[in-house]
Amino acid sequence: MKAKVSVTLKRGILDPQGQAVLHALGSLGYSGVKDVRVGKLLELELATNDRAGAEAEVKAMCERLLANTIIEDYRIELVD
Amino acid sequence: MSDRPHRIGILVFPGSNCDRDCEHAVTQVMGAAAEFIWHKDTSLPQVDAIIVPGGFSYGDYLRTGAIARFSSVMGAVTKFAEAGGLVLGICNGFQILLEAGLLPGAMLRNRSLSFICRDVHVRVENTATPFTSRCKPGQVLTLPIAHAEGNYYTDPATLSSLKANRQVAFRYCTADGQVTPDANPNGSLDNIAGITNAGGNVLGLMPHPERSAEALLGNEDGRLILLSLLDALKSRKPVLVS
Repeated sequence: MKAKVSVTLKRGILDPQGQAVLHALGSLGYSGVKDVRVGKLLELELATNDRAGAEAEVKAMCERLLANTIIEDYRIELVD
Repeated sequence: MSDRPHRIGILVFPGSNCDRDCEHAVTQVMGAAAEFIWHKDTSLPQVDAIIVPGGFSYGDYLRTGAIARFSSVMGAVTKFAEAGGLVLGICNGFQILLEAGLLPGAMLRNRSLSFICRDVHVRVENTATPFTSRCKPGQVLTLPIAHAEGNYYTDPATLSSLKANRQVAFRYCTADGQVTPDANPNGSLDNIAGITNAGGNVLGLMPHPERSAEALLGNEDGRLILLSLLDALKSRKPVLVS
């Protein structure tokens, strides 16, 4: 089983990278983009097939290491 | 107090690159003994203070300081800090102390997205710390910064408690000591350049005092921080950590 973890800056925290990409898109003529948030995608190959157990463990990994919850939100997606 | 020279431990992670500068400053400016401590060590030698130096520990992978914070040695450093030992984190060292939870808050990318390497002015906000006692209240120091992630952030409640407890040690300012948005190089919340923990025995700051502590280098302002630390050691009992 695979876990896909996406980590992004929390809403309300300025994302300078996202702003830079937003401005670059604007200069290319894509004026319909209202906001851009840049984040990280981590793909974890897990040894287990137990969804509930995997979810709990990956959540713990996010809280301890993968995300800094002072500034970042995370989202976990499990893929069989 | 014994006559033995004070011993300062300097942590070394893969990617630390200011460890030798700190050793030089400890021995040549402070006249103390320096001892390198490898990140894989699980206990500390008998030291009187610890410096977590600057650099790019673990290549800054994931987040600055995020991997270093789980190095074996950090457990011992946490115990040392909790026992009242003096810990000074400089630049990446500050980032590591934040990730380790020894100081509150987190670092974001600089507002400009640029790596900034230049002298800045900081105002001393609290002289009643073991790291600033030689400074005058409100004194403006010129110190070099060199970082891409020095944009300090914390939630409003923590910011209030930092201010109420006088934990903000340094703020970016103009040459004449005005704390203004233009004097803020990286976007730090409230122009914060350095903070202490609630106990006052742990300081993290983005500027590099060890690079600005000798006339030969054209700037001696960093000396005030290093010599304050030395003064504090002279009046303290050694911290024993098993």
